[in-house]
Amino acid sequence: MSQTEQIAKLKQVVEDLLQEAHRQGADAAEAGVSTQTGLSATVRLGETETIEHTSDNGLGITVYFGHRKGSANTTDLRPEAIRESVAAACRIARHTSEDPAAGLADANRMAHDVADLDLYHPWQMDADEASTIARDCEDAARGLDPRISNSEGATLYTQESSFIYGNSHGFVGGYPSTRHSLSCAVVAQEGEEMQRDYWYDSGRLPAELADPAAIGRKAAERTLARLNGRQLGTRECPVLFRADVAPSLMRSLFGAIRGHAVYRKSTFLLDQVGEQVFPDWVQISEDPLRPRGQASAPFDNEGVATGYRDLVKNGVLQGYLLDSYAARKLGLESTASAGGVRNGGIASSGQTFDELLREMDQGVVVTELMGQGTNPVTGDYSRGAAGFWVENGEIQYPIDEITVAGNLKDMFRKLVAVGTDNDIPGSLDTGSWLIESMTVGGD
Amino acid sequence: MSQSTAIARETLLDTPGLDEAQLSRVMDRLLSRQVDAADIYFQYGRLESWVLEDGIIKEGSHSIEQGAGLRAISGEKTGFAYTDSLELSRLLDAAGAARSIAQAGQHGARAIAGPAAAPALYAPINPLDSLREAEKLDLMRRADAEARAADPRVQEVIVSLVAAHDIILVMDNSGQIHTDVRPLVRMNVQVIVGHQDKREQGSSGGGARQALTFFLEEDRAKGYAREAVRQALINLDAVAAPAGMLPVVLGPGWPGVLLHEAVGHGLEGDFNRKGTSAFSGRIGEQVASALCTVVDDGTLPGRRGSLTIDDEGTPSGNNVLIEKGVLKGYMQDKMNARLMGVAPTGNGRRESYAHLPMPRMTNTYMLPGEHKPEEIIASVEHGLYAVNFGGGQVDITSGKFVFSANEAYMIENGKVTHPVKGATLIGNGPEAMNRISMVGDDLALDAGVGTCGKEGQSVPVGVGQPTLKIDQLTVGGTAA
Repeated sequence: MSQTEQIAKLKQVVEDLLQEAHRQGADAAEAGVSTQTGLSATVRLGETETIEHTSDNGLGITVYFGHRKGSANTTDLRPEAIRESVAAACRIARHTSEDPAAGLADANRMAHDVADLDLYHPWQMDADEASTIARDCEDAARGLDPRISNSEGATLYTQESSFIYGNSHGFVGGYPSTRHSLSCAVVAQEGEEMQRDYWYDSGRLPAELADPAAIGRKAAERTLARLNGRQLGTRECPVLFRADVAPSLMRSLFGAIRGHAVYRKSTFLLDQVGEQVFPDWVQISEDPLRPRGQASAPFDNEGVATGYRDLVKNGVLQGYLLDSYAARKLGLESTASAGGVRNGGIASSGQTFDELLREMDQGVVVTELMGQGTNPVTGDYSRGAAGFWVENGEIQYPIDEITVAGNLKDMFRKLVAVGTDNDIPGSLDTGSWLIESMTVGGD
Repeated sequence: MSQSTAIARETLLDTPGLDEAQLSRVMDRLLSRQVDAADIYFQYGRLESWVLEDGIIKEGSHSIEQGAGLRAISGEKTGFAYTDSLELSRLLDAAGAARSIAQAGQHGARAIAGPAAAPALYAPINPLDSLREAEKLDLMRRADAEARAADPRVQEVIVSLVAAHDIILVMDNSGQIHTDVRPLVRMNVQVIVGHQDKREQGSSGGGARQALTFFLEEDRAKGYAREAVRQALINLDAVAAPAGMLPVVLGPGWPGVLLHEAVGHGLEGDFNRKGTSAFSGRIGEQVASALCTVVDDGTLPGRRGSLTIDDEGTPSGNNVLIEKGVLKGYMQDKMNARLMGVAPTGNGRRESYAHLPMPRMTNTYMLPGEHKPEEIIASVEHGLYAVNFGGGQVDITSGKFVFSANEAYMIENGKVTHPVKGATLIGNGPEAMNRISMVGDDLALDAGVGTCGKEGQSVPVGVGQPTLKIDQLTVGGTAA
């Protein structure tokens, strides 16, 4: 089936669903349908280990009886499963409570012109070709150094998806998209010590993926760099979150300004809109309409048109991330944020990674974070970490089995610099973050 | 035929119009090249969830997860395909795709029949129907009221209630069919408390492979509400936790997440076959202090982590992983057991038909020791007493693991003193296990709340332990 036919077929499914919901008495409804097919090939120690043919369908429907709401979803798209799902959603809506904030997003916010964001670039490839690319990647990792003693393998994954969303405002929109990724994880051994690390790349276009051998070499280099790690004495010192772990700090920010956390008063950034939460040089934005972007989308999960938005300007928080529900709870307007931030980014303060090391002079570079030790209500932050010790502006030796702790509100205020090293894969655009001071726990 | 087998056959074969002869055709196609093993996994899953917030029933949702996964294994190679349609033609297509991993050649071997059926560890019920809608909502409202009545500082209460019903049928390459009907229920109460300009959260819940009436028994639902409020209020008064190496006493029950992270994952067969675990090749060696005996036991009736059979049809077991500190064995699925030349241990689990099985934990816990918990606390001059935890994580290759305390107290001169804020604890698995110097006589299992993630797949698990003392562990607080 061609992509156009597939999209037309899914549109029909959504329209049928909405009609069925109305037939069963719903005043309003919204539905999303997606299909995805993919191929995953893993090569380990030079041999093809796993070939997976993926094929996932998903359908979700929400019905409203006045301000009462019910939802259902299914991975099974046969007509009987769809009927069961609509009936289940309607049954649930008879039991949920009247909630004045519940309902579709406002009709005048629907994305009437759905922009083509150039997200569909399929990779025609069979299992053998996929294995060859994964093998090239793993070979480069294993060949880099004799201390690379073992491997968890390299995986090439390519997928095509089609997605349609519609609601009873008459909005129906959707688009096809692709995603390709290549990852490699290897083990290095020296004496009794074993370390593992990985690297990957991902993108909408096959041609945008880094060279397989380059990904493999980087995986091996990252792994080798961890060998002979030491613990560090407990201290207060500057901490540089390298670019590949910095996105987790951005996600902590985004979690803290999510509308649902705000109306529940369960965020450390409550009532901070218009307040200085970062130093005045900090600019953070989202850019959902970026062509070929990894999190690009012309409309949010409620059909609301997306667009570029400043989240933090000159260090001042500009607003929350609101879907229509949180917006109504707070007496505000939706910010097209149903489904989260799309292509978030923080502007660099201009220093390269090496310049950040020199600016830090003495402290810790964090290259791995472990665990979930973040309290979203208080901002208290305590994570396991590994990385490097820096003295005289230069990396001295690897460190592991340490903790880094502080409070996110303070950490944001103590952000000294963001590097120009924003060459990491994924949808968040950030370089390394230098935080003036944190508590490092060690031996 | 057991009741569970009858339910599974009717739901997954009769209803879609399949019979055993057709399944054999699909299996023949899977086996038509040189494959060592193959299976077809059918799943019918239904899940219902409700959320109460702001004192009203805000959301409810119903989910269907249904399909078949087909797998062909040749040596260390696995071919896998799945379909959400149980039509014969789609199953045959998926079989063709899955077997392409294997070399063309002679017909794959067919194994002989496996073990006899295992005794059921839970009733083949549908928990979605185990209470009427009004009763489900009433249960949630009562928990909400209990939390709000517990203290005037309670500002927000979120109650969730989930019931899941999974029916599975596995055909292995001997042609044998294994079935299981798996109920699973879960309830949780989360509260936000505030006093002046300070706010904190607390959360408590439980679950089991039972009917929703589980939450009506022993005052459980209201107990979760009181416990969530208690935790939140304690954290409201907490001061900064210390940073650095300290003796740490862990409370009984859910702090057993220590064992899940520090040793459990590292003892899963796949990592050990590949030699990527810090425990690889160490069977027979001392990997923990002699006070430690750790088991993975999927046979506890009705528990969240228990399984009558695993997702490959192997009856779950009570497997000793570490006995008096000595590593005894790994947790295995069929493929890794075969490649390592050992027997499967009933740990072959998968999130759904759309995922490949791999060795996973069930209920992992440490057997009790001889000390009274009070004696253990009294033995510490200056240390941390951690009684409740969030999640954890482990790097199985280096052995480094973390787990995050969310209710902890200082111990000073053998006495529990003031509460401290949540902090992450980090250590090295074998090292930390060797530093366990006292084990209590108060073994407890968690309340039925655990979910374990591995390679993107989530499965329900349990943990447990008695009170125990680790002589030195790095605590990630902010106070020097």
